[in-house]
Amino acid sequence: MNFEAILKERKFEAIVIGGSAGSFSIITQILTELPQPFALPIFMCLHRLKDKREGFKEALEIKSKIKIEEPDDKTMIQPNIAYLAPANYHMLIENKNIIALSITELVQFSRPSIDVLFESAADVYRDQLVAILLSGANRDGADGMKTIKSKGGLTIIQDLSTCSMTTMPEAASKSTSIDLQLKPNEISDFLKIINHLTFNEVL
Amino acid sequence: MFNRPDEEIIQIELEEITKLTDAIFTKYGYDFSNYAISSFKRRILMVLKKYGLKSVDKLIQKILFEPAFFEQFVLDITVNTTEMFRDPTFYKALKHQVVPVLATKPEFNVWHAACSTGEEVISLAILLDQEGILNKAKIYATDINHVVLQKAASAAFPVRNLDFYHENYAKTEFPGQLSDYYTIENGTMQFDKRLIQNVKFKHHDLARDVHFYKFDLILCRNVMIYFNQELQNRVFELLHNSLFMNGFLCLGAKESLIWCKIADKFETVNSHEKIFRKIKA
Repeated sequence: MNFEAILKERKFEAIVIGGSAGSFSIITQILTELPQPFALPIFMCLHRLKDKREGFKEALEIKSKIKIEEPDDKTMIQPNIAYLAPANYHMLIENKNIIALSITELVQFSRPSIDVLFESAADVYRDQLVAILLSGANRDGADGMKTIKSKGGLTIIQDLSTCSMTTMPEAASKSTSIDLQLKPNEISDFLKIINHLTFNEVL
Repeated sequence: MFNRPDEEIIQIELEEITKLTDAIFTKYGYDFSNYAISSFKRRILMVLKKYGLKSVDKLIQKILFEPAFFEQFVLDITVNTTEMFRDPTFYKALKHQVVPVLATKPEFNVWHAACSTGEEVISLAILLDQEGILNKAKIYATDINHVVLQKAASAAFPVRNLDFYHENYAKTEFPGQLSDYYTIENGTMQFDKRLIQNVKFKHHDLARDVHFYKFDLILCRNVMIYFNQELQNRVFELLHNSLFMNGFLCLGAKESLIWCKIADKFETVNSHEKIFRKIKA
């Protein structure tokens, strides 16, 4: 797929990724294939059991080269780190430097909720945000994708034929216009190109 | 490409939030100006939706002209998510690393800062009772919100959380059952009032009020996350001033004081459960 036209004249500052049922192997693949170092921060909200504080991050870390961190509240944002929303907390982007957490009500039956992460990231990064929504069995993320789109961000869903649960990406595509529908390996290619373009910009 | 104006999404700009917090401070003296903007904005959006208000200006008018609505607004805007024995491993750590120190004292003082509806107050009281030191404790439970304080003082919680609280309790590996401490009354879990006989429920706004007592143990869990760093620094100073030397400070599982100004005045007792101890004045 030719991403050049879509990425022409654009500059990105952050990636957000949301996933639920059926997304674990996909996110692992994406993290494993991520080029190193990666030029941007990545924020991930994956639905998880609220009382399991341990193990999830470790499972993701086994294959991936990028550092994965479950941030404390008010953690400084850095490139080349994949931040994972901690169990039983919403993760929000406070500003371009800082992550904030909250334990407000469940959103779409979820805490952490993808909508909460996506909407707060849209406020901060506006049109310099890439959002990727993966396989899942509820509609969390759909409102977030809509907000991201309204602020000019780039919206990507996992190709439906490769999703084990299509409810989540489908809900997003009904809620707003989706820029790209990509298979897992294409998501990896896309992130490689973004990384390349961002570093070239910097150099 | 043609973009339709989207009616469902209400956009709030930073300036509007500043206008709102200024108006509230001028009229009522509550200071929300240093709340973490990302979650505060979500709360404002939620309030607009709940009352069918179309803009922050409409909300400001309603707040300024309806004091009763303002009380409700404070209730809506402040976060009152709490649970009994939230993070069971934290209570285990309290039992093994903090309680033995408290037990050596003839009496000791505890502060639940921002206690909300009191689930944590009862949880700790149960632990202190089991360790035979509840009668030596003088406990303050404070909150910014009068409504939740009243609820907390009733020591009754909705039965819908019953199974969940039992599960949390089981994970603490404390003796017996949670049901040893409550009876079901009028659809609530009514806890034994003996657990709160040493508890004073008191109005206190961490963002505005000063310290009022000295404590051996302060629990301020998942409160700081709603404040920005400037306010966090101020509140940590307040908590530090409110602790006796060697007193304990407990934060939420994902809260930290490492980047705060008073960080070097504490030592870490348990980094995983976020238990700290005051070591410098």
